[in-house]
Amino acid sequence: MCIEIMLNASGLAFIAAGSWWGQPDGQIMFLFILAMAAAEVSIGLAFVLLFHKRQAELDVDAASELRG
Amino acid sequence: MVTIFYLAGTLAVIATLLAITQRHAVHALLYLIVSLLAVAVDFYALGATFVAALEIMIYAGAIMVLFVFVVMMLNVAEHAMEVEREWLKPRNWVGPSVLSLILLGELAYCTATFGSTPSLANAVGPKQVGVALFGTYWIGVELASLLLMAGLVGAFHLGRHAFAKEERQHAADTDTALPDSGGDFVHTGSRGTSRAA
Repeated sequence: MCIEIMLNASGLAFIAAGSWWGQPDGQIMFLFILAMAAAEVSIGLAFVLLFHKRQAELDVDAASELRG
Repeated sequence: MVTIFYLAGTLAVIATLLAITQRHAVHALLYLIVSLLAVAVDFYALGATFVAALEIMIYAGAIMVLFVFVVMMLNVAEHAMEVEREWLKPRNWVGPSVLSLILLGELAYCTATFGSTPSLANAVGPKQVGVALFGTYWIGVELASLLLMAGLVGAFHLGRHAFAKEERQHAADTDTALPDSGGDFVHTGSRGTSRAA
């Protein structure tokens, strides 16, 4: 979720810059950020679900083994 | 339009701060959705209407709903009813409601004055974006499609093992559960007859 906030902040900066100079590049960069966020979210949530199923908790500190 | 921009920006900052400081995951998600909507209003005020629509549809509509879905799925508790009754107290939903109502007012204002107010800066239309996206940046589009494909394959790979394990577990459970339920049924039946007698 914090990654989403940060990506949105950078996207807002891109949009503002693109709007300031009147170029479409800022919006295109935001589209790429959007695609990247979608891929990242799908992988991350799948990993969280798997971790919850295996460890029965959501504490990140519990994930201290490479092969549990 | 300048007023709308700054109002929505302030709303976005407030909602994001609340999303970070909230202790409950669902509350934080609700504030984050409000923050995304406010950022979308900012995009609209900046003249990027196409990206504002995409922000609402993909970010607030798809990604955040995915988040909410997973959080709800992981939050299955025994005392879910009491927890939900606790969540429905006004203290919990009045914050996002106020922020969303301000956004709704901005939306109504934009709809009422559509076309008459100039945008904040020089606007970039969807046509320009499309021409540049599939002209200059076509390699980026291809790379994004590769990235999405990799994400799809990765998510499927992560989910496949869990699903296969669950299937095996389910099969084992039903094998052991069948005689149990049968015995329970006979037991309750005999108890019912004895009570009737």
